[in-house]
Amino acid sequence: MAGLQLVNLTKRFGTTAAVYDFSLEVHDGELMCLLGPSGCGKTTTLRMIGGFATPDGGDILIEGHSVLALPPERRPTAMVFQRFNLWPHMTVTDNIAFGLRLRRLPAAAIHRKVGETLQLVGLPQAARKWPHQLSGGEQQRIAVARALVLEPKILLLDEPFSNLDARLRVRMREELKTLQRQVGITTVFVTHDQEEALTLADRIAVMNKGVMEQVDTPGVLYRRPQGLFVADFMGTMNFIRARYHRDRGALAGGQVGISARGDWHDGAVVTVAFRPEDVTFVDGDAGIPVQVRRVVNLGHYLEVTVDGSGVGAIKVFTDGQRPMSEGQSLNVHFRRILVYAEGLPLVEIEMPRLTHLRTAEEVVEGSPSV
Amino acid sequence: MSAVGEAVRERVGGLFWFWSVGAFRRSLPVLFLLGLAAFILGPLLSLILWAFAGRWFYPALLPQEFSLKWWDVVFGNRSVVNSIKYSLMTAPTVTLLSALICLPAAYAFARFQFPGRRFLLLSFLSANSFPKIGLYISIATLFYRLHLMTTFWGVVLIQLMGTLLFMIWIPTGTFRGINRSLEEAARDVGASGARTFFQITLPIAMPGLLVAGLFAFLAAFDEAQGTLIVGSPNYITMPVMMYTLVLNYPQPVGAVFSILLTLPSLVLLLLAQRLLRQGYLAAGYTL
Repeated sequence: MAGLQLVNLTKRFGTTAAVYDFSLEVHDGELMCLLGPSGCGKTTTLRMIGGFATPDGGDILIEGHSVLALPPERRPTAMVFQRFNLWPHMTVTDNIAFGLRLRRLPAAAIHRKVGETLQLVGLPQAARKWPHQLSGGEQQRIAVARALVLEPKILLLDEPFSNLDARLRVRMREELKTLQRQVGITTVFVTHDQEEALTLADRIAVMNKGVMEQVDTPGVLYRRPQGLFVADFMGTMNFIRARYHRDRGALAGGQVGISARGDWHDGAVVTVAFRPEDVTFVDGDAGIPVQVRRVVNLGHYLEVTVDGSGVGAIKVFTDGQRPMSEGQSLNVHFRRILVYAEGLPLVEIEMPRLTHLRTAEEVVEGSPSV
Repeated sequence: MSAVGEAVRERVGGLFWFWSVGAFRRSLPVLFLLGLAAFILGPLLSLILWAFAGRWFYPALLPQEFSLKWWDVVFGNRSVVNSIKYSLMTAPTVTLLSALICLPAAYAFARFQFPGRRFLLLSFLSANSFPKIGLYISIATLFYRLHLMTTFWGVVLIQLMGTLLFMIWIPTGTFRGINRSLEEAARDVGASGARTFFQITLPIAMPGLLVAGLFAFLAAFDEAQGTLIVGSPNYITMPVMMYTLVLNYPQPVGAVFSILLTLPSLVLLLLAQRLLRQGYLAAGYTL
């Protein structure tokens, strides 16, 4: 088992940088997700680790040794591709045994290892089958088996489940997670699906336009996204553009004051962000008055879209205890907000004080907490 | 509307009453298929009849007498036997040579980006876009100077030209159709580039390459114009011989020779079908 270090990795295609100055340390036995929208350079990064793309700058270290000079066949990595993994002219056994035969292992050892690995991925009955006789999910499991049988130091997975249907994808995730824990192999998993990353990863590295945005555990990444990109990309987030006013805090649409303290200069443009589950409905005059626009029942919770002057449309997740109907007038409050400003660190505020400036005269209402 | 319709149906329906009879309507597709079969197989059937006819005079529908005497005539003729020998020498040589030259080129066309790639690929069409006979005459003047006229290798070269298109275009498509990740997966588990090509890419491409080889063989085997100009009088292959036989011998000799000329194509076609049918590619390798 071994750690992986990427040091200032850069890759250019023509004049554009697909990956730029990318540094990341993956610990021994860790499952790291590279997450980002398509074209963000995550697959290119993975291909550079596997040896299928040559970086224009930087270094890749496995167990502290640079592997840059090694071709893919000499690197201690094993890759599972998005699709077209298995060689169609070989049986499952031959597919898995191919690498072992190249290493000139005795036939008995090959037989034993193939059997063990098939057992590990839960497909012992597939040994004599041909790839085309397997379902998509089974093919990907065999591909994982083929990668693991060589006991690589690093396992690389390039969106291996993206071609499977939703239900199977969720099951394969859980299986992979269990398998990875069992084997304890250092793993880099590329995906554009934030839900997949959140459920699988020990840590997630979010990439955008070839640059690392943030690397953190799923919990931290969800709770404290360090930039607007990550905030927007991970889960659902509401954004309100506001202008900072020294006395009134962040002023949204000139009507809603949100008590926020930060190192912003007077008149600075800030973005207030909050999760739909951090919006609460309050009784009386407290909070911001809004109207219910749409109610969508998602089974275990309601997704309510509300609209208020100054704040625009806001998504709210609520448990459906309180009856909701379209057109209804309500007051909302925020449990927790994040305030972003260009070039300045994120400010996190619990239970912010909200003020609503109605028409010309200023009415100040205390929020329940203050 | 209904009045006019009624009138029409009365008139027409009277004439085409059988149209509404179920048995007739059901038999239509069968009749059509029989007609098609007659159109395709009819000439072949008459060829076979002619080849085995001893005596066949008008107006008999079938020969009055069957015999193998025309086969004796064909196999008794030394120049005919020689033409079979030459054909069986040149066509396989051309196919192998064509594969040797074209397959690496096809792989390069499919896998590498290089300047002029499209232009070069299209250039292989050019040999087929000119009137062949004019091209052959100008090539012949070149071959005279190179002392290739009436030589075995001259014939091989001229036949090679007609195979290039098949041997470049079909394998290029085949190689391009093989997903790169199949090759990368092999590199990943420790195979060198050469081993990956021979153990992964080539076997997967085989059905397509066999088809290309079949087309190339048939193109070489059936080539007559160029071979006539370059090869004669020393190297008369079967298709060239055909001209002589048709012009100078009774009709059954031509029929016998036609059958001989068809045999290799037929055998190869059946062989290819068997090879292709057991293919994993036909089985729909999906994900």
